Amino acid sequence: MLEIKNLHANVGGKEILKGIDLTVNTGEVHAIMGPNGSGKSTLAQVLAGRKEYEVTKGEVIFNGKNLLELSPEDRAREGIFLAFQYPVEIPGVSNVNLLKTAINEIRKYNSEEELDAMEFMTLLKKKMKLVEMDQSLLSRSVNDGFSGGEKKRNEILQMAVLEPKLSILDETDSGLDIDALRIVANGVNKLKSPDRSTIVVTHYQRLLNYIVPDYVHVLYNGKIVKSGTKELALELEAKGYDWLKEQKEFA
Amino acid sequence: MSNILDIKNWYIKSFESFESSLNGESSKPFHQIRKEAMEKFSQLNFPTTHDEDWRFTNIAPLLKYNFEPAAMAELKTQQTKNFLFENLKGNTLIFVNGFFIPKLSHVKKSNDGIIVCSLANQLKNGSPVISQHLGKYANHREQIFTALSTAFTRDGAFIYVPDNKILEEPVQILFITTTSNKNILSQPRNLYVTGTNSQVSIIERYLSLDDGVYFTNVVTEIYAGENSIINHIKLQEENLKAFHISRTEVDQEKGSNFTSYSISLGGEIARHDINARFNDEGSECNLNGLFLLTGNQLFDTHSLIDHAKPNCSSHEKYKGILDDTSHGVFNGKVIVRRDAQKTNAFQENKNIILSNGALINTKPQLEIFADDVKCSHGATIGQLDEDAMFYLKSRGIGEEKAKAILIHAFASDVVRTIKIEEVKKYLEEVLEKRFNK
Ligand SMILES: Nc1ncnc2c1ncn2[C@@H]1O[C@H](COP(=O)(O)OP(=O)(O)OP(=O)(O)O)[C@@H](O)[C@H]1O
Ligand SMILES: [Mg+2]
Repeated sequence: MLEIKNLHANVGGKEILKGIDLTVNTGEVHAIMGPNGSGKSTLAQVLAGRKEYEVTKGEVIFNGKNLLELSPEDRAREGIFLAFQYPVEIPGVSNVNLLKTAINEIRKYNSEEELDAMEFMTLLKKKMKLVEMDQSLLSRSVNDGFSGGEKKRNEILQMAVLEPKLSILDETDSGLDIDALRIVANGVNKLKSPDRSTIVVTHYQRLLNYIVPDYVHVLYNGKIVKSGTKELALELEAKGYDWLKEQKEFA
Repeated sequence: MSNILDIKNWYIKSFESFESSLNGESSKPFHQIRKEAMEKFSQLNFPTTHDEDWRFTNIAPLLKYNFEPAAMAELKTQQTKNFLFENLKGNTLIFVNGFFIPKLSHVKKSNDGIIVCSLANQLKNGSPVISQHLGKYANHREQIFTALSTAFTRDGAFIYVPDNKILEEPVQILFITTTSNKNILSQPRNLYVTGTNSQVSIIERYLSLDDGVYFTNVVTEIYAGENSIINHIKLQEENLKAFHISRTEVDQEKGSNFTSYSISLGGEIARHDINARFNDEGSECNLNGLFLLTGNQLFDTHSLIDHAKPNCSSHEKYKGILDDTSHGVFNGKVIVRRDAQKTNAFQENKNIILSNGALINTKPQLEIFADDVKCSHGATIGQLDEDAMFYLKSRGIGEEKAKAILIHAFASDVVRTIKIEEVKKYLEEVLEKRFNK
């Protein structure tokens, strides 16, 4: 599904990603961990197509297409979804409107019939149950005045509605209380299917108890320095990152 | 002709023929005020960009024309019907080239003392409301365009709501200009007066049926009696060659509440001066504005809120969207006088620039002489929020649509608080059409 090869990227003239290699196959869940500032969000934003992040080397193939050549909207229409670490507040644009416009833009691109108001509402109601989201948040402006947890849950609702092929969850778990964490994880798991993949960026093992990854990678200083299975996350939880840094320096 | 002296003489000459056309009316007391205003007009100068209040608004293009005081013109009901909000069932006053046309208008009989009619009617009747209020709030001694309006006062909208009366349905007033190839000067003069505990909503629309060059110079005086509530909506939709200079003067008595929406869409050069004064305590004034500019349009808002008395609050929200090489000006002055303690004054002017050639000059002016007050102001000029744009795109929404959504959201911040559903819906449609290409 996703193949990242030797990816380098700059932001503000500084190299942040220094050669990332990562392959995510269809149906897999990958977790990316790593210390603050190591480049996890940068990677996520590069995949989503943020133009402030300049790719200087390498390639990204998504379902056979050269992802880096696509506009952000086309990436989304091809099935990439980024749940932002810091979702943006957009006063004046209602949540429902955003979702309805988004889903129909995506359907149009994929030559599918647009949903009418009724069909859309039916779908939306179903998905809202999935993330146990309060009806009142729907008519409010996108993330405007939402609590930290509500924002994260809203990202998952969007994901649930848009049904992407590849979801990238950038610290969707941070700021969530235990119940919300369970709900969000539950939402993600319910959407899991053999033809969808997920990348979860997280600092905490506790999320991975709910969303069990097939692979865990450690991103450090713009590179993936270690990959393993879910046991690696437990090891990181116990030992921190220092032992990896040392290992790397010796290498 | 481009000599400004000649232009002034042109208007002074026009006044002579105007006077002679007044017939019996020139013997009424108000005519003395007209004459005084004409006198002042001849002494005052047209503003240039050297005048502080007109620094960014160059009216030279307006002074290139010899605008002729308009004559009465006929229109058919069919031509005006589309400009009325059909679900509003209240009184309608329709003016063509500044003259009231009874045949096109619809005024309900009322036996509760509420008067909705033409100013001409009240001038002729020698109404006491006229002698008490007309020309009392708009200063013709210092403002040349007001002097011009006062000198040529003949017709306009007149609304009087006596004590304890409520006019439920909004009054719709259309000011239609039809040029028939002449450069017309249309000068409606409006007066709205409310008594104690009364209430009224007024919608004014300014538009044209053709694309000739004309000049609308309008002065509206509003007197809000004690505890009265006035909602005023002004939709300036003149054609893109028109000049529109307007002044709204509001005088507020104790506990009154005045809310205004000034929506500016048309005109080559347009300006709205809106001034409100608190004569007594406990009043509230809400000024809202939205201007959408394209091409070479210039629009200037000057507002002044005079907190002369304690315990009053004012709330201003003006938003501009500027495209192409358009130019916007916002100057918001708030004076809080020495004994105006417990004043609340909030002002906001936000602008979005959609092209490199567009320009906005915005200037808040707070003059605060009292110490126990809450005042704030903020002015911003910017492009569309990049983060919000990226967020929408990352959800599959294309560039153009994402832009449209954000512009719409920005503008509807003003529109959505309009209480008259019909007007709100109409403006939403205007926004939709303009930005959802
Ligand atoms: N727009 C930017 N301008 C300058 N530097 C940036 C910008 N965005 C990110 N960086 C820098 O890039 C580095 C990587 O940031 P990134 O947000 O990718 O880290 P992260 O791994 O997601 O960290 P965290 O765990 O704290 O979320 C940091 O040093 C950060 O300061
Ligand atoms: Mg991050």
